[in-house]
Amino acid sequence: MVERWASGLRGYGLIVAMWIRATMVYRTSFIINTLGNFLVTGLDFVALLLMFSHIHALGGFGLPEIALLYGATCSSFGLADLLLGNADRIGQRVRDGSFDILLLRPVPVLAQAAADRFAPRRLGRIVQGLLVLGWGISRVDVNWTIGKALFTVVMVISGAAIFSAVFIAGAAFQFWAAEASEVSNSFTYGGCTLLQYPPTVFARELVRGVTFVVPLAFVNWLPALRLLGREDPLGLPGWVSCCGPLVAVAALTAAGLIWRAGLRSYRSTGS
Amino acid sequence: MRLYAAVAVSGFRRYATYRMATAAGVFTNTVFGFILAYTFTALWAERPRLGGYDQAQALTFVWVSQALLATAALLGGGFETELQERIRTGDIAIDLYRPADLQLWWLSADLGRAAFQLLGRGVVPLAAGALCFQLDLPAAPLRWLSFLLAVFMGLLVSFALRYLVALCAFWLLDGSGVNVISMLLGVFCSGMLLPLTLFPGVFGEIVRMLPWASVLQVPLDVLLGRHTGWSLAGALAFQAGWAVALLGLGRLTQARATTKVVVQGG
Repeated sequence: MVERWASGLRGYGLIVAMWIRATMVYRTSFIINTLGNFLVTGLDFVALLLMFSHIHALGGFGLPEIALLYGATCSSFGLADLLLGNADRIGQRVRDGSFDILLLRPVPVLAQAAADRFAPRRLGRIVQGLLVLGWGISRVDVNWTIGKALFTVVMVISGAAIFSAVFIAGAAFQFWAAEASEVSNSFTYGGCTLLQYPPTVFARELVRGVTFVVPLAFVNWLPALRLLGREDPLGLPGWVSCCGPLVAVAALTAAGLIWRAGLRSYRSTGS
Repeated sequence: MRLYAAVAVSGFRRYATYRMATAAGVFTNTVFGFILAYTFTALWAERPRLGGYDQAQALTFVWVSQALLATAALLGGGFETELQERIRTGDIAIDLYRPADLQLWWLSADLGRAAFQLLGRGVVPLAAGALCFQLDLPAAPLRWLSFLLAVFMGLLVSFALRYLVALCAFWLLDGSGVNVISMLLGVFCSGMLLPLTLFPGVFGEIVRMLPWASVLQVPLDVLLGRHTGWSLAGALAFQAGWAVALLGLGRLTQARATTKVVVQGG
């Protein structure tokens, strides 16, 4: 078991290193693309700034508080997107038959799928998210302690793990519906957009859905509400907001099982 | 003319083939429509009549822009990466050999694609939005006709912009950088991100005069009844002006680019 994990990680590392070397051949292109990624993903924050040029609070939250929510989800999502964002190319590989190649190589398929065309330009989103998070942290009305700082770090990392689970589940879904890669965008990109705004903006059923069905609320909503000392709209007991890491492990396990089931059901197109 | 009609029809049929992908796209547009509709509701609850729209109009803006997202190819996904790839690999030489005009050929194919995506990816998200939210959709058929005309003019501008972007590949070979910049401008300056009427001051004035405004903002304002009579004619003329200018620029660029093409033997 441990050996399999080690070989998977080693394979992942080797493929990632290969793609980084390949990207760095076109250094100018890499710089432009990273900058472009930074700017494109930052547009959502520009939209928030434009909104706040007309208003002082959205759903009862001020700009610094929303910046904290936004920065946390963008950093988490950026990490997951960097580490295995290309897993959603699986559908294309299933369609054109090149998925069979992945099955032949002596590296776990998930590691190969995740590292496939690893794109260092995605650092742009992470940097952008962390900058906004940092600005939000410096501006919100919170008495920062070491405990709270650690809590924030754990929030970002377990958020990344939850998004990773969504990415894996979305990739696995394509074993059954190879053309439907865009459905997973609703949960990944859509989830990231959703979490940029405070939960008070949305209908309660929607908030329930992303708490109990697809546990995106644990990425930033529940932990950040705790940091900010705010009531959560569902009125859950206080300890729930500390469950991020546990939820992340559970989500990753579930996603792993779905991936396995998908992989088992794969039939080559034979071309 | 028959040739270009046939190209347009095949463009339509090409995209109509992928039913599952269309259904997936409709799902995603609808999800994003819901998310944005809630945030716009909160925004307009703070500031009613923001940007000159009431809440129902703002929600209409959200849902119609989701319905037009694929059609206008604001996030890419049109023909441009394909054309860039043909330029990079040299297949463009075959295209230039054909007894058809390069720009008109791709324009017809793109209009075919857009027509399919207007039907396939536009109708369902808008219907979902109209079912779940109070929208301000006009009852007058004439308004819808002028909206469709404005959408068509917007498509010409959108095509002309993306054609220029695609032609950059003649000089750069790798189009990914320009594509990112094009997408950035497309999302920001078209009204996709936020209605352009919310952009403050002189900056807002400038953005509303740029060609991207005619892709989304103008058709939406036509639908919402902000342009009637002479103002409608002015809006359509604004779109037509940009379409002619940019298509013309595309022709000039194409003429310059094709003199550069060297067909290697073999």
